[in-house]
Amino acid sequence: MFRLARQTACFNRSSSSRRFQQTKGIQCMSPKQTRSSSCDDIWKRSIGRAMTSSSIGVTPTSTNSHHRQIHSSSSPFRDAILSTEEEIIKPPPPPAFQKLLIANRGEIALRIIRTAHALSIPTVAIHSTIDSNSLHVQHATESVCIGPPSSSESYLNMDAVCDAILSTGADAVHPGYGFLSENAEFARRIQEMNNVAFLGPSPTAITAMGDKIQSKRIAREAGVNVIPGFDGVLQSPQEAVQVAKEVGFPVMMKAAGGGGGKGMRICYDEQEVIDTYPLCKAEAINFFKDERIFIERYIENPHHIEIQLLAGSKKSSTSPKGIPVTNPFPIMDGMKEYEELQILCFPERECSIQRRNQKILEESPSVLLSPEIRAEMIKQVKSLVRTVNYTSAGTVEFLVEDDGSDFYFLEMNTRLQVEHPVTEMITGVDLVRGMIDVAAGRGIPQEYLDLVYKDGDSEEDLEGKVVPHCGHAIEARIYAEDPLRGFLPSTGPLLQYEEPPSSILISSSGQKEEQCQIRVDSGVTVGQTITQYYDPLISKLISYSPNDRSQAIAGLSKACDLYVIEGLGGGNNVNFVQDVLRQPSFQRGDTPTNFIDMHYPDGFDGVILTKEELEEVSVIGALLGEQRRHVLDYPPLTLVGEEMKKDCQEKDGKEEKVVVVCLGGMFGKAYEVSIGKDLKTMAVKSLSPFSSKEEENEGKEEDMEKKTSKVTVDQLSFHPNDTIAEVTVNGVNRAVQVGVEDNTGLFAIKMYGAKVDILVMSPAEYELSKYMNEPAVVDTCNLLLSPMPGTLISYAVKEGDHVVEGQELCIVEAMKMQNILRSARSGVIGKCIGVVGSSVHADEIILEFSSEEQGEEEENELQQ
Amino acid sequence: IFQATKHLSTSTRTAIENDPSTVKAAFRQRLSQERARALMGGGETRISKQHTRGSLTARERLSLLFDSNTFRELDTLKSHRCTEFGMEHQDTPGDGVVTGHGLVNGRIAYAFSQDFTVLGGSLSETHAQKICKIMDMALRIGAPVIGLNDSGGARIQEGVDSLAGYADVFQRNVDASGVVPQISLVMGPCAGGAVYSPAMTDFLFMVEQSSYMFVTGPDVVRTVTKEEVSKEDLGGTSVHTVKSGVAHGAYANDVAALRAMRKLLDYLPSSNEKSTLPSKPTEDSPLRSCDALKYLVPDDPNTPYDMKHVISSIVDNHDFFEILPNYASNIVTAFARMEGQTVGIVANNPLTLAGCLDIGSSTKAARFVRFCNAFNIPIVTLVDVPGFLPGVGQEHGGIIRHGAKLLFAYAEATVPKVTVITRKAYGGAYDVMSSKHLRGDCNYAWSGAEVAVMGAKGAVEIIFRGKVWLIFLNFDGILF
Repeated sequence: MFRLARQTACFNRSSSSRRFQQTKGIQCMSPKQTRSSSCDDIWKRSIGRAMTSSSIGVTPTSTNSHHRQIHSSSSPFRDAILSTEEEIIKPPPPPAFQKLLIANRGEIALRIIRTAHALSIPTVAIHSTIDSNSLHVQHATESVCIGPPSSSESYLNMDAVCDAILSTGADAVHPGYGFLSENAEFARRIQEMNNVAFLGPSPTAITAMGDKIQSKRIAREAGVNVIPGFDGVLQSPQEAVQVAKEVGFPVMMKAAGGGGGKGMRICYDEQEVIDTYPLCKAEAINFFKDERIFIERYIENPHHIEIQLLAGSKKSSTSPKGIPVTNPFPIMDGMKEYEELQILCFPERECSIQRRNQKILEESPSVLLSPEIRAEMIKQVKSLVRTVNYTSAGTVEFLVEDDGSDFYFLEMNTRLQVEHPVTEMITGVDLVRGMIDVAAGRGIPQEYLDLVYKDGDSEEDLEGKVVPHCGHAIEARIYAEDPLRGFLPSTGPLLQYEEPPSSILISSSGQKEEQCQIRVDSGVTVGQTITQYYDPLISKLISYSPNDRSQAIAGLSKACDLYVIEGLGGGNNVNFVQDVLRQPSFQRGDTPTNFIDMHYPDGFDGVILTKEELEEVSVIGALLGEQRRHVLDYPPLTLVGEEMKKDCQEKDGKEEKVVVVCLGGMFGKAYEVSIGKDLKTMAVKSLSPFSSKEEENEGKEEDMEKKTSKVTVDQLSFHPNDTIAEVTVNGVNRAVQVGVEDNTGLFAIKMYGAKVDILVMSPAEYELSKYMNEPAVVDTCNLLLSPMPGTLISYAVKEGDHVVEGQELCIVEAMKMQNILRSARSGVIGKCIGVVGSSVHADEIILEFSSEEQGEEEENELQQ
Repeated sequence: IFQATKHLSTSTRTAIENDPSTVKAAFRQRLSQERARALMGGGETRISKQHTRGSLTARERLSLLFDSNTFRELDTLKSHRCTEFGMEHQDTPGDGVVTGHGLVNGRIAYAFSQDFTVLGGSLSETHAQKICKIMDMALRIGAPVIGLNDSGGARIQEGVDSLAGYADVFQRNVDASGVVPQISLVMGPCAGGAVYSPAMTDFLFMVEQSSYMFVTGPDVVRTVTKEEVSKEDLGGTSVHTVKSGVAHGAYANDVAALRAMRKLLDYLPSSNEKSTLPSKPTEDSPLRSCDALKYLVPDDPNTPYDMKHVISSIVDNHDFFEILPNYASNIVTAFARMEGQTVGIVANNPLTLAGCLDIGSSTKAARFVRFCNAFNIPIVTLVDVPGFLPGVGQEHGGIIRHGAKLLFAYAEATVPKVTVITRKAYGGAYDVMSSKHLRGDCNYAWSGAEVAVMGAKGAVEIIFRGKVWLIFLNFDGILF
């Protein structure tokens, strides 16, 4: 009996001690460790954690009770071991909450689940029917379906979410971002529930900061810089000049009644104000019947810079002088309590790269801000936070002059922002953990306070102090939007999806390799479908360099190269991100908010590679084509003598081989690549296109042909079943993505976001291909093309019908939505080309108009 | 050399002329001249005309089809024997077709390539003999035959001899069928009787813009049926790859088409001898886990998805060669590799017509299954089929007869058959799609798959017809 008991006890002990270690590992993770441990690791750990807690369903407290049970029924020998163990490993503090419900989906839900599980808090995921198999549901401890796919009926449906909170017994709710995160009504309803905490600011704070005009007024009162301006009746041009002088030049003048940017005039000096005043006045009276004129400081090329903050009040037992409190546990009854608002301000984030107010690239810290300006900004932020008694995480957004000299309050976001990871990367602080502790009334975690509050700092110093940080982090938002099709959302399954590794080496020629940390916050995995119901965000890709900005940029660029996203029925914006990263002005940090309008006035046509890069691509293409052929085709198959086999192999491996690489298919730009005997030194020669061969003058052509450049390839690792090839070209290590060959051997290579179709041909093939006719470009003006991939449901017209503009032509179903395609012109239907019931791909011809009547309006447009 | 002997006496001259060395030297000279002439085909002007059309000559095509410098030509100088209608003056070495053998990625293959520059590539008695010769050789050693067709048709001057030539080729096509793979690449006009030889080969490909196939041309059509139609609309690539299903694929130009043929040959065995099945070493592990499969097939039985995504996930290197991609796309037929071994894949594609079986898809798949069976290629069947396509058109078109072809093909196939039901298999179509009752070797169903006579809703409507109240009783555990 004794023996048996002992064995059982030993078993129990080992399992429980393992559990303790695990807990400890997570609890004691210092900021530094959080940063250096890979995202994957955190992932696995949190998953493992989730499994443990769900399978055992206990908190450490109950583990302790388990110990006691064993204790009472076992030998003194084992008692000794157990007691030492208990001395060494302090039990972690109890979890802040019993159950955390995340009122969100996608990557942010996963992000919150990760931290919650690390803190031993079980989680509840809510989801719509279409999300029932998504990652946030899989990783949460439990999940509740709250409605149909449409977000107004599910994630935005307050009643359903509140029901989910009640039915699961969650005692905390994290709203994430978007959806209900800045809805004061939702926060209020949660506050009114018994013992449920809202992980965010109070409803009053949300309301105060939610209204743009009101928040500006509050900010001004709190001593925050707001854009100087005037809004009222002016009597004379002189008065206008006076106001303009007070506001400071340049100023923007417009009729106050006019909305938006309408009738906006910018004046750089007094004379311009005098000239503009009558125009403005006349406009105000004539068009808006409102004499008031609006004058505001005009900020040219402003930067969008924001301060992340974490504020929390805590019942404390010491004086509220900012001296840290050492006792991490809830204080005992009877002690004197102080309510103290603690505020941590994090280094600023620059989010100026925006497209139609949608941020694309965010980084921290900004290159623009001087320490003095930053300190001033932080002082004002703290003042604002105290004014509205703001708790939890929040962000104050500013517009900053492009010389960094001055800043103006824009608005305050009362939620955890999309771009919070950049702040986490450079400071090592887990903002979600901060939100959890603050909401639980524990205040800001002590180790985070310790980062800032050190002995010997004066109050004045502390006020403008930022959380210490090192290095530089950049985040790119990866959207399922096709920049080549005017950023149309792409919806469909992710056929291939591979995230970049958590740590990558970057190298530039002649310098030693440096490491970059990569964090990917994603909410999807391979095979899953991006639907049109929600935000098309695939993931957030964050690159962190402990050294400087340029390395963080290089790291992000390489991470983009390593990020495999295929499918979706369309493109994604990785190529656009790459192109922005390649812009010299971005690399300089010259990034005003109109960066994209300035650099892409006519939209985006894909990354354009330089001459050298094209040569490198052709060399890589030649090698990949050759290698793929080798791996697949050798040894030669049957019926050939051994001698011949050997001959083939030897010849291929040891002789200099010349191939022609056509970039962009058979009729694209051709390069002749001589693969050296050592398989390392390549000679690349640009071949002149066939069509222009005769037209161009001879001398010029010779110059071009003579120009041969050398490219060295030190290493190339690629297996045909992989997507990514690692290659060292001219001493620089880079990654390219290689697509699957089509039947004619054409495959695509992606490098620096540019997708290049590669056709590797023998010189003989290339010689003969000059006789081939280039495929004729189909004249689409007379055709109706399918605007999206889908199924042709029906035709509303038949051949020979006369149609008028706007008449329904056919229905194409895509993603369960029936889209009616209407005629954009009047004419006669020539031919119905599609087959009803069959699938159509994007740009497939559905219908042809009779060619006799050519309308002027020839664009067919999609109306739903 | 006879010029140089002019000053000599007649007897000496005769002696020199009859000297074996002189005779042989003359012969050698003539031979090299004839060879040079044969290599030039129809001459410079016709060659450049062919090039301006965007086409290659017969020999250029062969040089691209085979590994460099491996083509060995046969019967280079063989000429026709016709003496009618002035044909005796038409001296044509090679007689409009280039035949021979060579290596395709190291494996031997036989090919003929019709030369449009020589008498329009028309088929004569000797032309046919040359083709028959290499087909016989290919059959003897067991190697594939590739025909590059570019011919104006029968050589009318030869009359029935030419027709006999066609029939000789047809007979070889049939004899070779199921013994060695036969591939036709129609690279130019192909009309009348000429269409049948390519149609009887295993695979037929076309080249866009330059090739068309029809039994009777637009002129005859106009006289007989009064229909006005262009060559392209009557028998161009868009017709045969999409509507008629005659051609198994089309490529943009000659070079692309020949590259594709080389790739296709890599999948095929050289003959029906099992040992000739090609295998290519791959580093794609058979244990590779494929996470995408968890999500690619939607739970909702009515949501379409592209079965090709599933195929590309499960085969080596995501690489497969689709046969007839644009015709009856509710079924996918493709060659691919698994662990380096060629497999034939037959899969319903819910993207079109919900993946159901109709006349087109049944015949398409039946022919593919029979080819695989003949050449020892294992068949992987991916099933997501709601049944046969209902409709008057289908019934009147003989869906019963055509559906039976697929059933027959699967039932007679003795190659390894692996079947995976990805989502649903209903009714008779379940039986047809390589069910285990048709000697399927391994039949799997993915989690969530439904195998039934029909969908639950339809079944309830039939079983509980007129006794709806029983449904409620039944749920309470009361027998009905």
